[in-house]
Amino acid sequence: MANEIAVGAAAPGCKKVDPILVADNVTRQFGGLTAVNVEHLEIPRGQITALIGPNGAGKTTLFNLLTGFDKPNTGTWTFEGKNLAGISSYKVARRGMVRTFQLTKALSLLTVIENMRLGAKDQPGESFWRSLIKPLWSGYEAKITEKADELLKRFKLDAKREDYAAALSGGQRKLLEMARALMSDPKLVMLDEPMAGVNPALTQSLLEHIKGLKANGTTVLFVEHDMHMVRHISDWVIVMAEGKVVAEGPPAQVMKDQAVIDAYLGAHADTDLGLVEIKSLKAGN
Amino acid sequence: MDWLSIINLALGELISPLTAVYVLAALGLAVHFGFTGLLNFGQAAFAAVGAYGMAIAILTLKLPLFGAVAFGIAAVVVFALILGIPTLRLRADYLAIVTIAASEIFRYFMTTIGFSDVTGGSSGLSAFNKEFESLNPFPDGVYGFGPFTFREEQLWIRVVGWSLVAVAAVFLWLLMRSPWGRVLRGIREDEDAVRSLGKNVFAYKLQALVIGGVLAGIGGMVFSFSLANVQPQSWGTTFTFMIWTVLLLGGAATIMGPIIGSMIFFVLLMLTQSIIGGLVEIGWLPFLTPPQVGQIRFLLIGLVLMLLVIFRPQGIFGNKKELQFNG
Amino acid sequence: MSQNQPVVFADNLHAGYLPGINILNGCSLTANQGELIGIIGPNGAGKSTLLKSIFGQVNVRSGNIYLNGEDITGLKANKLVSKGVAFVPQTNNVFPSLTIEENLEMGVFQTPKRFAERFEFVTSVFPDLAKRRAQKAGSLSGGERQMVAMGRALMIDPSVLLLDEPSAGLSPVRQDEAFLRVREVNAAGVTVIMVEQNARRCLQICDRAYVLDQGKDAHTGTGRELLNDPKMIELYLGNLAELD
Repeated sequence: MANEIAVGAAAPGCKKVDPILVADNVTRQFGGLTAVNVEHLEIPRGQITALIGPNGAGKTTLFNLLTGFDKPNTGTWTFEGKNLAGISSYKVARRGMVRTFQLTKALSLLTVIENMRLGAKDQPGESFWRSLIKPLWSGYEAKITEKADELLKRFKLDAKREDYAAALSGGQRKLLEMARALMSDPKLVMLDEPMAGVNPALTQSLLEHIKGLKANGTTVLFVEHDMHMVRHISDWVIVMAEGKVVAEGPPAQVMKDQAVIDAYLGAHADTDLGLVEIKSLKAGN
Repeated sequence: MDWLSIINLALGELISPLTAVYVLAALGLAVHFGFTGLLNFGQAAFAAVGAYGMAIAILTLKLPLFGAVAFGIAAVVVFALILGIPTLRLRADYLAIVTIAASEIFRYFMTTIGFSDVTGGSSGLSAFNKEFESLNPFPDGVYGFGPFTFREEQLWIRVVGWSLVAVAAVFLWLLMRSPWGRVLRGIREDEDAVRSLGKNVFAYKLQALVIGGVLAGIGGMVFSFSLANVQPQSWGTTFTFMIWTVLLLGGAATIMGPIIGSMIFFVLLMLTQSIIGGLVEIGWLPFLTPPQVGQIRFLLIGLVLMLLVIFRPQGIFGNKKELQFNG
Repeated sequence: MSQNQPVVFADNLHAGYLPGINILNGCSLTANQGELIGIIGPNGAGKSTLLKSIFGQVNVRSGNIYLNGEDITGLKANKLVSKGVAFVPQTNNVFPSLTIEENLEMGVFQTPKRFAERFEFVTSVFPDLAKRRAQKAGSLSGGERQMVAMGRALMIDPSVLLLDEPSAGLSPVRQDEAFLRVREVNAAGVTVIMVEQNARRCLQICDRAYVLDQGKDAHTGTGRELLNDPKMIELYLGNLAELD
């Protein structure tokens, strides 16, 4: 499996057979703290890649840097062969690299369907002069509304179509953010903890949807902590710790890596926590 | 107490030109704050730039009326760009501070003796409305009935002012219903979310600043035609905060809000002034002198503004779910 | 205080945030002394709302909440804290500009003299807090902040601890640590009511749990019972764990 994705053996920063994103020497420092220090990273095209690692490992910071929401201290990266370093965030999104946020940004003061329509691209009505002449954009609006309704149905949000996003629960807002990100048919979807707060029974159908993205040719990169999800759908796993890429490879291989277990997965991954021995504390008062 | 006269005066305020001016300025502020979330505390300046731009174009540049109006609008656009380009990439508070400063700077600029050949200094400019009056289609005479009785030039300015209000209202209605308006409402809440969807947030904010400013500029022009002069004192912070009161009273993120809010505001203002003035005259309020009656108005305006923000920030027409003050 | 009286009893609550819209539609919960109670369920079911109702942060429109028999419905948070109820919210739960030690001081704000004694207890649960006491909380990672937030809640020596998704955003090893710490705290005598998204882990460690659905307590039972109930697995737990 590693051979189909990587060139040679799986190792941190290894080259990929068909990379969609290539990053070099990306660093970001906050005061004295080095949040990201990635020498070389390649994301394989058309695959589902998971980015895992402890909190503070730099995963979200790396997302922010690659998508233009933060400026690195050093680093260059290309997307589809074109340079992306220094490009502002909205332009990055237009080039086909769309991201979601760890702290969900569903727009509460808009309704669900309006949120979805906002996600579409190339709507002529979004330009000032053309917006005044309805016939110029109403046809396109109907088309994107149809697409939006289809996506809402798949994410089981169709009943909430006319509700303000503020009325949705936290998990539903995450789903909305993800559905909205798909409206522009991005080439690379970067999901920052997409399953956090989503009901486990719904998670499975969503995983199917992510696999559907791959079937359509979309590349997926996601940050997650749910190892079952990672094992279930990812083709490739990248492990970050303290700002660096410390391991890469197919999921089964990476999760057997002792260093990864120690720093991230924990020894109790498959045991019942209710049966683990705990230390007794001095009872307070 | 001449109640008939008091009520007549108050009703007359419903369609007075000043009311229309405030509607236009408040509609502009609705675009800034209600729809985009921009904090503009210098709306008076946008109105002033429009008014002065037009008056100077007529008097100094000798442009015909419509050319002068276009000049005034262009001046507002440039003013908005000068304010917006450096500040709109920064935090919201910066625009607020800059607009207060810009407003005062402009006013003092217009008062400066050095430029008074062009600006008229502290006495301002007048005698620029000949062409405007010449366009009046109504022949000489008195029109209307009861509280709405006007001579032909009073009728003309009202027709012009309120027609502009109607055009502006329809324009904004079309705009905010469109996808462009939707992007604005997204920006109001979370700019990063909108950027992640591929929209150039900076450009939108700049467009909103310009549009809202132009509306205020047109209001400023109507104001100066109604008074037949342009004076620097009119465009101070009092003007700005009265526009805010009108906007919040009616509902910041609505179009009916500024219209009805302005009408109610001026009717109430006139009522309170007349009633309190009348009461003072007949001796019922011995602790007040006639000059203080005028100042009481401002006390009341401040109080109303406070109460609005505390108890009903969405105003009369606003949707509580849509408008929140927690920035 | 009778022994048979539950520590916390929420009776048929109807509650919500927006006027006219109820999230809880007749929800009840009982927690007895020393129990570890879990609250799980789908999104929008009202788990956080239930917890926040107990802590007086949501409008309870009908129904009552009793603490050791005393009606506390609608009591403000500061009064509940003096009665020994501590709440750890899911987000915005530390003061980022204050150091860890200052955050813990804020915990005993109402009884400052107890700082030293409580600090010793809390750092026995979270040794890292002592090591990094001078670090500003804003510079900590998500998991570290959760530690500080829980530590701050423990500073008041609570008899009841309300936790809103303590594992949210944490890596697996930190989640396991968090859950084990909750067990430690519970074993020391604190009654714990915990809302969780990680249903599997929550059921493994709790004594009893409530499954909320559409604002009602749809199922209840011991942790083990619910873990092994096929209907529960189908509706709420999902069987990803078994699919690998």
